[in-house]
Amino acid sequence: MNLHEYQSKFRFADYGIPIPKGKVAHTAEEAYTIAKDIGPPVVIKAQVLTGGRGKAGGVKLARTPEEAQQCASTILGMDINGHEVLKVLLDPASDIQAEIYLGVTNDRAARKPLIMASAEGGMDIETVNRLTPEKIIREHVDPFLGLRDYQIRNLAYGIELPRELWKQFATIAKGLYRCYIASDATLAEINPLIIDGSGNLLAVDGKMSIDDSALYRQPELVEMRDTSAEPAAETEARAAGLSYVKLDGEIGCMVNGAGLAMATMDMTKLFGGSPANFLDIGGGAQADKVAVALRIILADPNVKAVLFNIFGGITRVDEVAKGILDALAEVQVDLPMVVRLVGTNEEEGRRLIEEAAIPNMVSAATLADAARKAVAAAQAS
Amino acid sequence: MAIFVDKNTKLLVQGITGREGQFHTEQMIEYGTHVVGGVTPGKGGEWVLGKPVFDTVKAAYESTGANTSVIYVPARFATDAIYEALDAGIELIVCITEGIPVLDMMKVRARLDQSSSRLVGPNCPGLLTPGQAKVGIMPGHIAMPGNVGVVSRSGTLTYEVVYALTQRRIGQTTCVGIGGDPVNGTNFIDVLQMFEDDPETEKIVLIGEIGGTDEEKAANFIANNMTKPVVAFIAGQTAPPGKRMGHAGAIVEGGSGTAADKIAALNAAGIKVAEHPEQIPELL
Repeated sequence: MNLHEYQSKFRFADYGIPIPKGKVAHTAEEAYTIAKDIGPPVVIKAQVLTGGRGKAGGVKLARTPEEAQQCASTILGMDINGHEVLKVLLDPASDIQAEIYLGVTNDRAARKPLIMASAEGGMDIETVNRLTPEKIIREHVDPFLGLRDYQIRNLAYGIELPRELWKQFATIAKGLYRCYIASDATLAEINPLIIDGSGNLLAVDGKMSIDDSALYRQPELVEMRDTSAEPAAETEARAAGLSYVKLDGEIGCMVNGAGLAMATMDMTKLFGGSPANFLDIGGGAQADKVAVALRIILADPNVKAVLFNIFGGITRVDEVAKGILDALAEVQVDLPMVVRLVGTNEEEGRRLIEEAAIPNMVSAATLADAARKAVAAAQAS
Repeated sequence: MAIFVDKNTKLLVQGITGREGQFHTEQMIEYGTHVVGGVTPGKGGEWVLGKPVFDTVKAAYESTGANTSVIYVPARFATDAIYEALDAGIELIVCITEGIPVLDMMKVRARLDQSSSRLVGPNCPGLLTPGQAKVGIMPGHIAMPGNVGVVSRSGTLTYEVVYALTQRRIGQTTCVGIGGDPVNGTNFIDVLQMFEDDPETEKIVLIGEIGGTDEEKAANFIANNMTKPVVAFIAGQTAPPGKRMGHAGAIVEGGSGTAADKIAALNAAGIKVAEHPEQIPELL
């Protein structure tokens, strides 16, 4: 789960990190009032959970409250990479002397938290890593020891930070690490951390991602989830305990297990089609779950065929077949469907499907056969 | 021979009285796994499926001499269950539980590095040595004894591959599910080394997916350290970046962890990569 810039920065502030005294506006009128309050010039920034807002025109500078109102009315409602802008953050404009990067993330390979700093702030850190990896100073943190003072000094020294700022930098680095731990973040970054006109450090942009597995112990953060930014189907699926990701293709896929779901998506591509979604219905395949999944798949207008791929391990395939047939009694499906059931009691499962003799449903024995049939059906309809 | 589990496995079930724990314990016993007892705090002294239940792992270990433990407890208690098994001196700990926070797993990793115990998982289907022992949730009857070692980050995709092998009468030494989380106890390289050292394993199937760089590291390890042939499959070629594909660890982040990168790395190491799961038996 990702947090907006304003959510991340306000949280950073709770951990002693200096941020601009900004406020969020939902309307242009609100933007006017806020700009008047904090005093121009102000920066107006689109709050969307996607990158590239600067390039898309989602960040503007205003010299007067009137101008702020105008900018906000342009930015609000803007579409940035398919995300509608519903909120803007107004920050007092800063005099930027230098831009630094500071971030904490989970290093999967090292299986430890990693804190990184770079004098090349303002740029996307992945780009810096690709072009000039030596400009990123890295310190792995022992999860039991926490971030040590010497490690912060290593970072400050490595990025050639002026000595008079080391104390401020240490406060910010410690705050960011504490915030990362306390929030169960997978990423907490300040980019850029600027040296402003008065020679102080200030976190002017921030980003946080939270570990979904830890949300059970982060009730405050769960409240911050912005579902307006994600496809409605993904929100609905999450509520039903399904794992769903919308894609651009035409073959709706319903599979048990995440790895098998990905392999099934890949198969449609291999045979000349493309997947409309990732959907893992989890263990078993009870009729009610299959019904919800079917509704979600059918709500996507791009879908031209539905492919069921179920491996019955502990769950018996004949039970799964019954679940699918029961769900079809509940949800009307006019599109062609291909069903592949394999594993425990597969003969019985296939017999049930054949006997039901649903005119727009065919069964397939192998995954390749199923994918081929689904692609052909999608192209024909 | 096999790896991890066999006829000598003496298994303890943590969470034996829970719905999942009890169901799978029954399946494991039915398969012939030597289950010596279970642990559920507060239910010590009871019996489940003819097996004694203990309050603590320490007490269970002292009474039964278990050498392996499998964990079915809910995510918020699972980390504690792992530490408890570690402290009691269980050699092999298999954690099935899905949804353990990454920060907790990084601490578990740090502790594991200082101990002689091994953890498989979390968020994994467990271990299956056909004809000998089943520890976890893999369906036993889809496998048959043989000479192919299988290691995978996935669950049902593993079953699919194992089943396809069995259908072609290609048996397995041990099927290992290392789990779909970003930080886990045992990785591809650990298992590849064990298969390389296992005299009975002749060939290996590696099933990877998007996210992280473990497949790339495995490719490098195979090229430099292994004599046995490996066939691989990578799921997630059509997965978009930045989206988690079910498993916590299956996500393309910052342009790294793509299926294309992994396949390229495996090919460069001279490893055959199947286009789809059903092609694996042919490539073997």
